[in-house]
Amino acid sequence: MKPYKFEYFRPASLEEALDLLARHSEDVRILAGGQSLVPMMNFRLVQPKKLMDITAIKSLDYIRAERDTVEVGATTTQAKLLEWPQLASTVPLVAMALPHVGHFQTRSRGTVCGSVAHSDPVSELPLCLAVLGGSVILSSKKTGSREVSAADFQLGLLLTARRYDEMVTAVRFPVRQPGTGYAFQEMAERKGDLAVCAVAAKVSDRGIRLGVGGVAEKPTVRDWNDLPDSGLDEALNAFAWDLEGSDDIHGSAVYRRQLVRRLGRRAIMEARECRK
Amino acid sequence: MPQVTSDGRTLINFILNGKPASGQAEPRMLLSDFLRQVAGLTEVHVGCEHGICGACTLRIDGEPARSCLTFAVQIEGRRVDTVQSLLGPRGELNDLQAAFRKHHSLQCGYCTTGILMSATAFLEKNPNPGEEEIRDMLSGHICRCTGYVGMVRAIKEVVASRSAKSKVPA
Repeated sequence: MKPYKFEYFRPASLEEALDLLARHSEDVRILAGGQSLVPMMNFRLVQPKKLMDITAIKSLDYIRAERDTVEVGATTTQAKLLEWPQLASTVPLVAMALPHVGHFQTRSRGTVCGSVAHSDPVSELPLCLAVLGGSVILSSKKTGSREVSAADFQLGLLLTARRYDEMVTAVRFPVRQPGTGYAFQEMAERKGDLAVCAVAAKVSDRGIRLGVGGVAEKPTVRDWNDLPDSGLDEALNAFAWDLEGSDDIHGSAVYRRQLVRRLGRRAIMEARECRK
Repeated sequence: MPQVTSDGRTLINFILNGKPASGQAEPRMLLSDFLRQVAGLTEVHVGCEHGICGACTLRIDGEPARSCLTFAVQIEGRRVDTVQSLLGPRGELNDLQAAFRKHHSLQCGYCTTGILMSATAFLEKNPNPGEEEIRDMLSGHICRCTGYVGMVRAIKEVVASRSAKSKVPA
């Protein structure tokens, strides 16, 4: 339960960090809050040759409200975003989901971007980003910055579109749209534990969007337009089967499909209620 | 840019319970091991070593942190507070510790130092929490002796007595 040896770097600026990534790319792992990476290192599931600690890069610790998005920098902690006074009014779905991310004692270190970059299929923040249609900013010394949609960023289990010489420098959450309701529901063995299944719903005049985490290999989003109430259960059932969940120690595929049906319905109803 | 080779050791200077401290560590050394083995602070308890049990929780620059998920090299220039920081000038227990003793909030005591540090940081941020919020904070710790009821009682008592004190006109 001790990590394998590694070389440690602590850049003080983004330029230094990107330069290091450009020179060593495949050997480097990026350390922000470390609440997912360090357990994996302690278990020796991950043995990076070089560890780049970005926590000293002050310029990446920010929350910026723009007209259409809220941008969160790479070193901003989950606790800081949760305590941000405008969170509930600008990105209500994230305000609902964040209390489920880890615990009081881990949100103080864990970062918003780190959670997205880690891309665990059961993780709440990537699910929110997918349902809201947000994006990830990737930066590299060679090619500059590019903005990648959540759908294109997360490719599978702990797998993203990030190239080795790139770093996630920010994520952008679209702000709440008028007349739209949002809701978040999850089932975990203890609150703050990894979810067995998490769902996020967005309901507006234009239709229903439901995202599911913890069943497929990445958060999966489905849209329904003009779905009559009488067809909801059938639509959820079809979605649950399409996700092809598997059995593990925390729950069977049968149980997970049932959670999609039940939590999905609950979230859609709650989101509809929140529109008013 | 600070850089330490994998076999190299580096001198880490930091503030430990209010006093300047230093020690040598290689990059892979966890803060929990560093404090126990190099600084000699055995009140930092090591449980699961992957951030779940909460026994090793302490405060870094005032924020609660799992010391098993932090590398010693990361605390250069930072303030680290363990349970010793709660004691009064003559080594007496503070109000939270005394309430834990009074309400039998501990049995074996292994989880207690971490919980006291969490609760201290939590009450600074949220001086008037309800029982639900206290239980939510405690969900970041595992205690296999007490069932948490005594801890909830102790924290509620401290909340009540601190808020009564702050209302007394000067």
